[in-house]
Amino acid sequence: MSEIPMEPGAELPELKITPDRFLTVRYAGASGDFNPIHIDEDFAKQVGLPGRILHGLWTMAQVARAQTEAAGGPHALKALSVQFRGMGVPEAEVTVSSTVRSAQDGIVTVDTVAAQNGVQIIRNAVAELEAG
Amino acid sequence: MPVSTAAVGKSYPPTVYAVGREKIREYALAVGETQPLHLDVEAARAAGYADVVAPPMFCVVYSAAALAPALFDPEVGINFALMVHGGQDFRWGPLVVAGDEITTSLSVRSIAEDGGKGFYVFESVSTNQAGDTVCVGTWTNIVRGV
Repeated sequence: MSEIPMEPGAELPELKITPDRFLTVRYAGASGDFNPIHIDEDFAKQVGLPGRILHGLWTMAQVARAQTEAAGGPHALKALSVQFRGMGVPEAEVTVSSTVRSAQDGIVTVDTVAAQNGVQIIRNAVAELEAG
Repeated sequence: MPVSTAAVGKSYPPTVYAVGREKIREYALAVGETQPLHLDVEAARAAGYADVVAPPMFCVVYSAAALAPALFDPEVGINFALMVHGGQDFRWGPLVVAGDEITTSLSVRSIAEDGGKGFYVFESVSTNQAGDTVCVGTWTNIVRGV
């Protein structure tokens, strides 16, 4: 049963999550991406970053989760495309906002972004949700 | 130095990933999933699935091994020190559940240069043991200063 709003301009519920200090370590283990820029504070600073940064694909998973929670389950998410911009950091709230663009033939197209500290870290993202 | 497009169209040997129940749980918890479908076998079975259901973005776990040979292929020629993940696109088919075996093929879709940046685009196609396409991924990596 669809819980997805269909009207263009309608907003899906916002998703908010604050990655804790050790989230990037758990996600590295869960995903297999052990790039040291995500888990080693000293290494990250040596390569010019402010410190360890979030995995872009973790943030994309939050964008996906905002859709599946709004749509009532993982089956509804048929496609998701994102652009990564800037960088996310641990211990600051990430907010995913989603707005219906159109609905046609049982597919709801949603424009969505993820922001942290007032900056979009995922932008121009588009999700396709199966209604019903 | 211009990018080399010699590897465009190249494909790599498929990889096979056996999806485990605890790996799905570990991944689901790491991305903040709370839905019982991803965590609780009985809830998943009650909903008609054979076992716990992988969140859609679990595709990064079962397709990662297929991507690695292309990222490290000298013919592709990515400079890792200057690489960022620019964009990502996934299109999903039937849901993946614990016990599935997922085969992923990877190919180089395009290599291009624009404004001093190299754009390396890979395509992954993942199928389950029944032959259903469960995920098609388009991976865009950007290398600065090519």
